[in-house]
Amino acid sequence: MAHRIEVGSLVPDTRAQVRLLNFRQQAFGEHIKSVFVVDVYTTNRDFSEEELEKIANSLTNPVTQAYAMNKSYEIADFDYAIEVGFQPGVTDNVGHTAREIVEDLLDTKFEGEEDVFTSQITYVKGDLTEDQAKELGASMANGLIQRILVKSKEKYDADGGMDVKVPKVDLHHEPQVKEVNLEISDEELQKIGKQGIENDDGTRRGPLALDMDYLRTIQEHFRGLGRNPTDVELESLAQTWSEHCKHTIFAATMDDIKEGIYKHYIKRATNEIRTAKGDKDFCVSVFEDNSGGVVFDEKWIVTDKAETHNSPSALDPFGGSITGIVGVNRDTIGFGKAAKPVINRYGFCLANPADERPLYKGANNTQKMLSPRRIMDGVIDGVNVGGNCSGIPTPQGFLYFDDRYKGKPLVFVGTVGLMPRDLNGTPSWEKCAKPGDKVVVAGGKVGQDGIHGATFSSEAMDSGSPSTAVQIGDPITQKKMSDAIVKEARDLGLYNSITDCGAGGISCSIAEMAKECGGCYVELDKVPLKYPGLDPWQTWISESQERMTMSIPPDKVDEFLNLMERRGVDAWVVGEFNDSGKCEVVSGGDKIMDLELSFLHDGLPHKTLTTTYTKETHDEPDMECPADLTDTLQTMMARLNLASFDFISHQYDHVVQGETIVGPLHGKGRVNGHASVMAPVLNSTKGVVVSQAINAKYSDIDTYHMAACAIDSAIRNIVSIGGPLDHLALMDNFCWCSSNEEERLGQLKEAARGCYDYSTAYGTPFISGKDSMFNDFKGYDEDGNPVKISVPPTLLISSLAVMEDYRKSVTLDVKFPGDLVYVVGETSDELGASEYFEQLGFIGNNIPKVDAEKNMKIYRAVEKAIQAGLLTSCESVLLGGLGVALARKAVAGQLGMDISLENLPVKGEVTRPDHLLFSESQGRLIMSINPAKKDEFEALFTDLPLAQIGTVREDEKFTLTDLEGQTVIDTDTSTLDKNYRLTFKGF
Amino acid sequence: MSKPKVLVMAGYGINCEEETSYVFEKAGADTEIIHVNDLIDGRSSMKDFQIMAFPGGFSYGDDTGSGNAYANKVRNHLWEQVHDFVQQDKLVIGICNGCQIMANLGLVPGYEFGKREVALMHNKTARYECRWIDMKVTSEKCVWTKGIDVLRCPVSHGEGNFYAEPDVIAKLNEGDQVAFRYVKPDGSLAGGEFPHNPNGAVEDMAAICDPSGRIMAVMPHPERNWTFYNQDNWTLIKEKAEREGVALPEEGQGMKIFQNGVSYFG
Repeated sequence: MAHRIEVGSLVPDTRAQVRLLNFRQQAFGEHIKSVFVVDVYTTNRDFSEEELEKIANSLTNPVTQAYAMNKSYEIADFDYAIEVGFQPGVTDNVGHTAREIVEDLLDTKFEGEEDVFTSQITYVKGDLTEDQAKELGASMANGLIQRILVKSKEKYDADGGMDVKVPKVDLHHEPQVKEVNLEISDEELQKIGKQGIENDDGTRRGPLALDMDYLRTIQEHFRGLGRNPTDVELESLAQTWSEHCKHTIFAATMDDIKEGIYKHYIKRATNEIRTAKGDKDFCVSVFEDNSGGVVFDEKWIVTDKAETHNSPSALDPFGGSITGIVGVNRDTIGFGKAAKPVINRYGFCLANPADERPLYKGANNTQKMLSPRRIMDGVIDGVNVGGNCSGIPTPQGFLYFDDRYKGKPLVFVGTVGLMPRDLNGTPSWEKCAKPGDKVVVAGGKVGQDGIHGATFSSEAMDSGSPSTAVQIGDPITQKKMSDAIVKEARDLGLYNSITDCGAGGISCSIAEMAKECGGCYVELDKVPLKYPGLDPWQTWISESQERMTMSIPPDKVDEFLNLMERRGVDAWVVGEFNDSGKCEVVSGGDKIMDLELSFLHDGLPHKTLTTTYTKETHDEPDMECPADLTDTLQTMMARLNLASFDFISHQYDHVVQGETIVGPLHGKGRVNGHASVMAPVLNSTKGVVVSQAINAKYSDIDTYHMAACAIDSAIRNIVSIGGPLDHLALMDNFCWCSSNEEERLGQLKEAARGCYDYSTAYGTPFISGKDSMFNDFKGYDEDGNPVKISVPPTLLISSLAVMEDYRKSVTLDVKFPGDLVYVVGETSDELGASEYFEQLGFIGNNIPKVDAEKNMKIYRAVEKAIQAGLLTSCESVLLGGLGVALARKAVAGQLGMDISLENLPVKGEVTRPDHLLFSESQGRLIMSINPAKKDEFEALFTDLPLAQIGTVREDEKFTLTDLEGQTVIDTDTSTLDKNYRLTFKGF
Repeated sequence: MSKPKVLVMAGYGINCEEETSYVFEKAGADTEIIHVNDLIDGRSSMKDFQIMAFPGGFSYGDDTGSGNAYANKVRNHLWEQVHDFVQQDKLVIGICNGCQIMANLGLVPGYEFGKREVALMHNKTARYECRWIDMKVTSEKCVWTKGIDVLRCPVSHGEGNFYAEPDVIAKLNEGDQVAFRYVKPDGSLAGGEFPHNPNGAVEDMAAICDPSGRIMAVMPHPERNWTFYNQDNWTLIKEKAEREGVALPEEGQGMKIFQNGVSYFG
């Protein structure tokens, strides 16, 4: 029988209070009087009464809680009980911990399908209808992964409480391997590519995302072999050849670029930069591995990687984003012989959270999508739990809003790693599986979660998007594994090679590592399953999380497995690496996969793509400049893309590991900075500076300049805080849309060209990158009209620099009354796609353009000024232009300023104060200095467009005069501060 | 003076063991980071150490209540060793998750060894809070806080809301066992006011110790302010010091705690 333990709170429970506040936001919220929360543990293992009591005690804190065993926890008064638990097979982290507690307490092991499952009952007191109670349930849960049961008090009493439910997976299925007949019509073949292999009952397994070229190549290959493929082989090819894994678009011939834009623009840029740098080249390992690696000092290297996890986050924002952040952590653990994650970064591209118009995946208002607010809350929470639980500081991130992220949000996650350069006498970044090594998988078991993730994200989202692609990360399982590997097994030299299991699961990780030695032999039956009934193809490609794959010499296997056991980490030998030239998989005594590695990895046909790029002309705003810009500035401060998101900074641990030098918030006024400084090697004063830049709206005008601006901003941000230009690396993350359309590809090609031009101009190499090419949503609006929503072509540039002495870092807040405020860099009429024009409802055409040669001189001068200790504050001018940057400095310092535009360095004809204030021209920084250092400071900027534009006040008054000396802004820092924090108040 | 040996506990999601070890080393101790399973297996023993530190982290993901599962593990397997350790003239410190573990183990307030009498409930904001706070020493007897007045360092937790029955609170106060309380920037008690008191802790309690003053459980993270350049406002202080011709400290305010621990054995 199943047992149930219910734990309730004896003291006022904060969770219940917060839930009450959330419920009150419903239309009928005022009728809700009180809320009480009870945690429920259910187990399908039998225990004696005495054992059960011990268990209950171990799950309850007697100071604040009480429990009930196999009966309902007594609640004084309620009208509805709403229980939320997980769907069968969904990761239940608390259940997992509870099971470990019980096993440890009673010195026992759960067998087979025995487990602990958690759920939570919310008791609501209030005059509500049953439908309203159900709405409350829906507001707390996601039906895709959770189950909701609502009972009225009457029903509850009649039933004697809630139902005892064991959400165990029951597949009722005899695992089988299918031969897939490819000698079929083109139409049938295409169906396999689009909808997947047909099951016996006529349903399809979900997209393989293989197009006709690929399918014909596969067809021909198997004709040559004189047989049909098994489903395992076909699924495996689909994973390995997916856009997600092979980056087929970046590799394809594009118009006249035969080698493809990745090699031609991105990789070539890095190669040229490295050659030009000569012995000053600081790259260690670029593009080859799960992360990129650069020199930190003579003993250490740092690694960097940024990923996206967009499609899953649209369906289950929390699960998608937590899986994203713990996934990119594994790209660090899987770099070289394993680096330690030391910095996390995030970036969320979202739709306006106030937008409540529903979207549907299916026709006739079916398959409702989550609202932008639910998506926003969920993705923020996912990185919170994933990052915080893993003990990795998250000092840097951004929010970026555009309505076109409503169908698919973009969830960027990045991790910087740290690794000694030398491990047991060999370079740490080199690894090689050897024939005879055992294939070992460590971490979690395999279930149906995460099937077709790789192929799913290589397509637009529509009504056929599989729910099995959704997973929930388990950061503690990963943390245990990460510590055991990075802090112990690595330094003991227990493995020859390591990589993470990400997209495509072990089908990709093992086959990828097999390239190092020339083959592998996998006994699939040795892969541990969460529950019986999985088909071999599912076991092979499942992306169940928290797993790493290693190649371990036979004489070290026992030591490795023993170490893992002592660290509470599961690990299994599942095969052997060899030099057969093949990837062979056996199950139940049959060979179910037998593919040449050369075909698996390099058999995919080379694609040729053609592109077009038609530039549109947009309307320019036709209004006069307002005589007073005070309200305009206040409105700008509250814009989604410019407002404070300190509510995120405060919930993401940014000080763990004791390495934080400049965190996410600057100054007394806690303004979100654009760069952070960390010191991952505690006994060194060297710092790692990280930043990011994104400006996807510029793509509406020109993607070449969009890319140029992103690079310029990402570099300038580093410079503004004290990072060096000469030890600065970049990463590119392209999140495109409709990449089967020539116009979109034309935009892509131009953006990549921009990446080449500006990374080489600055001598800042790309060390890693990633792309996600189909961020489109196809569905229906609230009136049932079909809609397609494509994200704006989005490029995130992440920057990382190694700073000689972090004690020279400069923050953006002004610090002392009387200090002089300077601008360096020219302001042009470049308001196209700016925040100001969008506020006015226009796009315009004058997009900011980057003059790298000129900017380089400015950045060098700023670098010198910081090294000489001449700057009291410094800020990079970004979205929102000078006006917003100045206001941010004042808010951060909690001091006022008097600013005059009279001497502002200007290029071309710009006189309107609103244009001067809100143009987003690149290459500009605002600095404040001690007046005593004026001469020394100015001397560094001879022949550069530098001007003193104001002074810091003693009080809070903030004034600004135009070219004629007329006051156009007259306010104070408190009001600016209030507006800056208005938009996300209460988030 | 002989260097005391510090046992820094690790495993199951504790994640501040490296910096905790680092600050103790910096303060002059010898340290060893030891996985709890290695103590259980007998590969290491608590008796070889003078100081025991439960670092911060997310043991077992805070599931079933922060610190609960890890405390259960220690209780199930290491109870005698812990008992022997605290009976001797040795020191114990628990920071953040370590503080939660110690509360669950009943090492503080320590009226009856192993009895849970205080709890760290969910923050009043019901959200993880990572922010800088000031806390003031309010105990004379606590070994760890000697020579400190106000200490600035970050909190970073989801469950830091000290709670106990009124009689326990009274005993803590009478016994001079409240090591730190949250204060406002002017040094006055936070009075429960957010964000100065970041979690709603009763009577602004940030740290408590056992009746002997040797065992301290502290929610904020002094080890994360080990260098002056960790402190959130260091760029302002540095600039001010330079203009006033005042020398800058190199050390962070949190170091004093660990130095106190080490010098206890001096």
